[in-house]
Amino acid sequence: MSKQIAGKPESMSPVVTHYCPGCSHGVVHRLVAEVLDELGLREQTVGVASVGCSVLAYNYFETDFVQAPHGRAPAVATGVKRANPNACVFTYQGDGDMAAIGTSEVIHAAVRGEKITCIMYNNSIYGMTGGQMSPTTLMGAVTATTPYGRGPEAGMPYRMAEILATTPGAAYVARTHVADVGNIVKTKRAIKKAFELQMKGVGFTMVEVLGNCPTNWGLTPSESNKYVTGEMLPYFPLGELKDVTKEVPAGVHA
Amino acid sequence: MAHEMELTMVKGNEALGEAAIRAGCRFFFGYPITPQSELPAYMSRRMPEVNGTYLQAESEVAAVNMVLGAAAAGVRVMTSSSSPGYSLKQEGISYMIGSQLPAVVVNVMRGGPGLGNIQPAQGDYWQMVKGGGHGDYRMISLAPSTVQELVNLTVQAFELADKYQNPVGILADGLLGQTMEPVRFPEIKEDPGPHTKPWALTGCKGRGKRIHTSLELSPEGLEKHNIKLQAKFKVMEDEVQFEAYKCEDADLIVVAYGTAARVARAAVDAARQLGLNVGLFRPISLWPFPSAALSGLVDRGVTRFLDVEMSAGQMVEDVQLAVLGRAKVDFYGRTGGIVPTPREILNEIQKVMGGEAK
Repeated sequence: MSKQIAGKPESMSPVVTHYCPGCSHGVVHRLVAEVLDELGLREQTVGVASVGCSVLAYNYFETDFVQAPHGRAPAVATGVKRANPNACVFTYQGDGDMAAIGTSEVIHAAVRGEKITCIMYNNSIYGMTGGQMSPTTLMGAVTATTPYGRGPEAGMPYRMAEILATTPGAAYVARTHVADVGNIVKTKRAIKKAFELQMKGVGFTMVEVLGNCPTNWGLTPSESNKYVTGEMLPYFPLGELKDVTKEVPAGVHA
Repeated sequence: MAHEMELTMVKGNEALGEAAIRAGCRFFFGYPITPQSELPAYMSRRMPEVNGTYLQAESEVAAVNMVLGAAAAGVRVMTSSSSPGYSLKQEGISYMIGSQLPAVVVNVMRGGPGLGNIQPAQGDYWQMVKGGGHGDYRMISLAPSTVQELVNLTVQAFELADKYQNPVGILADGLLGQTMEPVRFPEIKEDPGPHTKPWALTGCKGRGKRIHTSLELSPEGLEKHNIKLQAKFKVMEDEVQFEAYKCEDADLIVVAYGTAARVARAAVDAARQLGLNVGLFRPISLWPFPSAALSGLVDRGVTRFLDVEMSAGQMVEDVQLAVLGRAKVDFYGRTGGIVPTPREILNEIQKVMGGEAK
């Protein structure tokens, strides 16, 4: 008797994606889809697509989907979830979408403790528009709009997960990466926890996933994964930055 | 709130909120801005009483996108703002129209441009009627001139939004929003709900997935989408509404909407007392604009129109388009949040008519 050891998650549509060879977006899509399958959430899920490389995410997930204006995905997700509190609602955004134009929407969704899950794929660059500097571009990095390297006049890259972790409405905030197999497994664990806590109604959940952009970084896929672990990790530390299920309630001495 | 059909004194902004609830709206996403602030305040108090949801967003941009999300989920939903805040809603309105999602958006106009002031004005006609956001689109825009009409049009707006899967705009101004008048509310209705909308995003249990997007990367695909939208807008043109007051025998017709029309009505009555044959033509739907009715007045022999607005002259261009040079169109407007007096308008009527009394 044969046993299936690999296959397509039911929550992924049977289509070819538009992502560049070696790009990790597909990995993160698959992790989200596997989690939706494992938690049995596919048929009650409404995804919110953002603007950027993942704008076509609605074609790749086998769930209901709405596409939001640039940066507004957490506001759109708020509307969906408030209208249908039983739905599983997630946004899938990049660092340009969430950390630049959508800063206000994501921070206030977190502040309100919206019961949604926001996935931010942080590859420290605007991919779709052709490799411009994003708010998370590392100092000195050469991009289409920092041809001499990112200098101090462009500001320093900032850490979205840490900021969201400070909001009282956030239930779970983690940063992971998908540049190697072990961390892909850890990323899935974090995404699963985020969705579980959303569905338990605990509060706002967010996972920032560090990923590559071989095309716009001008690197091979394996070189780009080394950039993630070698250059991005020192600036963007991994870990569960907030997990209310692990916190000791105020006034209780451990 | 008062029992249905009972006459009650209500402020325009609050009447609008109650009318929305009567129409089955249970979701309101807002942001404070004068002179519409009583509306979100009313909704924050009233929504919990009807198991509805009031949410104060962090900005008008966020509010309109929450509306987009709730509309996609299939519920009746509304947002409101005033001129500078309404500008911020244009992005979401364009996306909703591109994605064919229904909602009601309210603009209680104030003086502009920029921060302007908080006095009543009509300087957002072009923005609401001609587009405002990006792309080729149309939106039914309704302009009440009394609080009762505000109530009636708000209820209609929800029906029209659902009928066409398109946002519907209500264009009021600060004076109407702040005016208290006796009104009768219709009976309270429940939201027809997502199950009545075969396109609502409810989770794909037992069916294929549904997608709402305004993105279409292929030029042929996007043109096809635009042709489909334009065909819908063509059907929406049938929703034209206007009031013709004392127009039957009029030699001069004053054209005005909203608060300006209220004042113009008093000026028309005064002119009639002076023996001047003057009428008032009041567009209620600003889009679709009642061009055919205006053109019909020209066919009947009217050769002179006086367009009156609380702006530097915006609707006047639609009046000119409607009469296509077959009649003379004069304009009188006040800006800065100044409401013209009946006396001022009567003076203009007399000036245009050469002071002649019959």
